[in-house]
Amino acid sequence: MSSPIVLAANGLKKSYHKDRIDVPVLRGVDLEVREGEVTALVGRSGSGKSTLMHLLATLDRPDEGEVLFRGTRIDNAPRATRDRYRNRDIGVIFQFYFLLPELSAIENVLAPAMIGKSVWSYLKSRNEYRRRAEAMLDRVGLLHRAKHRPSEMSGGEMQRVAIARALMTDPTLLLADEPTGNLDTETGKEILQLLTELNQNDSLTILMITHDDEIAAGADVLWRMKDGLIETQQSARNEPLLATSAA
Amino acid sequence: MYRWLLCYRYLKTRYIALASIISVTLGVATLIVVNSVMSGFASEMHERLHGLASDIMIDCHATGGMPDPEGHLREIRKVCGPAIVGASVSVSVPSMLGIERNGQQIGRHVNLIGLDAKSYEKVSDFGKYLMHPENQKAASFELRESGYAPDRKELLDAGWTHRRRQVQQQRQLDEYMAEDRRLMAEMRRQAGGEMPAEESTDDESAIEAASGPSMGPMFSDELLASSEGALPASIDPMKEQFPGIILGISTCSVRTRDSDGEVCDVYYAKPGDDVRMIFPNAANDTKVVNQKFTVVDLYESGMSEYDSTFAFVRLDQLQEFRGMIDPKTGVRSVTTIQLKLAEGSDLNAVRDALRKRFPPELYAYNVQTWRDLQGPLLSAVRLETMILNILLFLIIAVAGFGILATFFMIVVEKTRDIGTLKALGASGKGVSSIFMTYGLLLGFVGSGAGLIGGLIFVDNINWIAGLIERITGQEVFDPTVYYFTEIPTIVEPFTLVWVMLGAVGIAVLASVLPAIRAARLHPVQALRFE
Repeated sequence: MSSPIVLAANGLKKSYHKDRIDVPVLRGVDLEVREGEVTALVGRSGSGKSTLMHLLATLDRPDEGEVLFRGTRIDNAPRATRDRYRNRDIGVIFQFYFLLPELSAIENVLAPAMIGKSVWSYLKSRNEYRRRAEAMLDRVGLLHRAKHRPSEMSGGEMQRVAIARALMTDPTLLLADEPTGNLDTETGKEILQLLTELNQNDSLTILMITHDDEIAAGADVLWRMKDGLIETQQSARNEPLLATSAA
Repeated sequence: MYRWLLCYRYLKTRYIALASIISVTLGVATLIVVNSVMSGFASEMHERLHGLASDIMIDCHATGGMPDPEGHLREIRKVCGPAIVGASVSVSVPSMLGIERNGQQIGRHVNLIGLDAKSYEKVSDFGKYLMHPENQKAASFELRESGYAPDRKELLDAGWTHRRRQVQQQRQLDEYMAEDRRLMAEMRRQAGGEMPAEESTDDESAIEAASGPSMGPMFSDELLASSEGALPASIDPMKEQFPGIILGISTCSVRTRDSDGEVCDVYYAKPGDDVRMIFPNAANDTKVVNQKFTVVDLYESGMSEYDSTFAFVRLDQLQEFRGMIDPKTGVRSVTTIQLKLAEGSDLNAVRDALRKRFPPELYAYNVQTWRDLQGPLLSAVRLETMILNILLFLIIAVAGFGILATFFMIVVEKTRDIGTLKALGASGKGVSSIFMTYGLLLGFVGSGAGLIGGLIFVDNINWIAGLIERITGQEVFDPTVYYFTEIPTIVEPFTLVWVMLGAVGIAVLASVLPAIRAARLHPVQALRFE
């Protein structure tokens, strides 16, 4: 029995224009992410996987094709709907963490809640949000650094804060763009273990984009991308992510 | 919510932006100081101008004036109704003031005004500007013993004391001169006919003629004889006085600085001295009236225009001297009617009603409000204030461009954060509002600091002027020019509000373009590069 599809891409095409020459990046990508699974998207640099992720996160729009979230088309939805989708339905983490340098760890975690709510509704239940942000920081093991600024943290810690931030609004799906790409092997492993735990304990759906086969090997489903097209799709493996990468 | 938090953090961490609003701060502070001083000046001037002139003045241009002032007043009351709360009549005539000082004659052109001190007090501030404390309470045309202006050393002995000593000295001098002449005559007689007395006088007059302007009395006996002066036959100047006159202070004094740079006044005539006034009479075949008066007080309003042209005498005396009393009926004439209106009444409406009642085609009357009278001066001050405001707002506008440039830099610097915020679900509007709010906060901080600084400056402006004086040695506020001892300031809440609004508005406007740029920033472009 397969779980329902959370996110799907149908025939996505995207090309960039440079000096009147069209550079095709995506040439008709079909993709499915099923609930509760860790899906890995593997491809070399320039294969279009980051562009695909931007399209899936509605940060950019496809030239052709569609993105479906729980069966509803999201890529051409009104701006406000897409903003809400990014804010509540998905969480995003990046290779370079992208924390806001002026805010402390806890404030960074709170940011999605502040963005999603109006001033008054935020202030009304700010204690509740704060408790949740603390819980999220605790979940990634950084509660003791809540007051610290990103500049006072290591890369691994920053990525943990970024994960806590992505989980703040309790999203259905976590989009991770090379989450370990900027970390040393040990720290990368810790992050991967955290993601695996989140998947197993909290049944968080994860779409992970990586160029590293070793990392991708632990995923339930593995899609391989090359030159803007999905090359292969490997069947699910029931080994946990960490076991593979640790081997 | 995030925008407030971020703005607050940006405000605390980005000092370059604070530097960019220093010009806003300075602009706001300057605007507040300038406006306070200007409105202080303006209101001081209004107060003085209005204090001197009554609300409405009806001037009659005929030399004879208008007869039957009571009839006129009845008519005016009928036209204007209850708006009139006070009225005074006076006679105003151009005249020449002659002061004798150390044997020299000093001539001044003045406007001689005959007034009734009691009713005049009702329509304008008159007594307030006199020197003697008693006269300030109730103006009198009788010379007082002493005690004029206790704070002026030059006027310490003014009054009867001064008059008696002057007379004494004069008498002594006359005695010496008489003695001198007697001795000279004797010597000539002893020399024996060589030099006849008649010849010597001829020589003297020849020398006098050759030596340019006469240093002798300006008013020759012939002139005095031909005029219509109603001189009292003879008085004892030790005990008696001529009709009293109150002189504008600048008609009989000059303000200078001594070698130490201290302000000092030199008086040509003080209370107690006698002066001569020459003015035309009211008859159709005009003749010159020559009359001696005794200075009984000085008048200082602070308006040099008034202080240097006015001299006041008693109305009934002036009417008598000018022949403004009908010998048969005893009806007196006046040249000016002054009216005081009830608080808050419409000056212009009353003026127009009076103009309608006394049309200029039939009457040689000029009806004016005090504002009309001082129109050019008042509008000059208004214009000055307006131009200064425009210039200073331009300064704040220039500061706005500084903010614009700084904000563009910040948007560029914050490109990645903007992308992050968008990836977290922030809308373009939300992102742009960060920068608008930032501009708003900066505007508030900048103009708030300017407001506080400006108010502190205004509060201590005289102390600051003193400090600048000490440092530079240059007098900031020259009392010989301004007649105010202190810089007058008035802080108008309304001005503060619109200066603040203007400055904050400019700061917000300057942040609009950077904010739009931030909102348009494509999140992918913002996030792509490290």
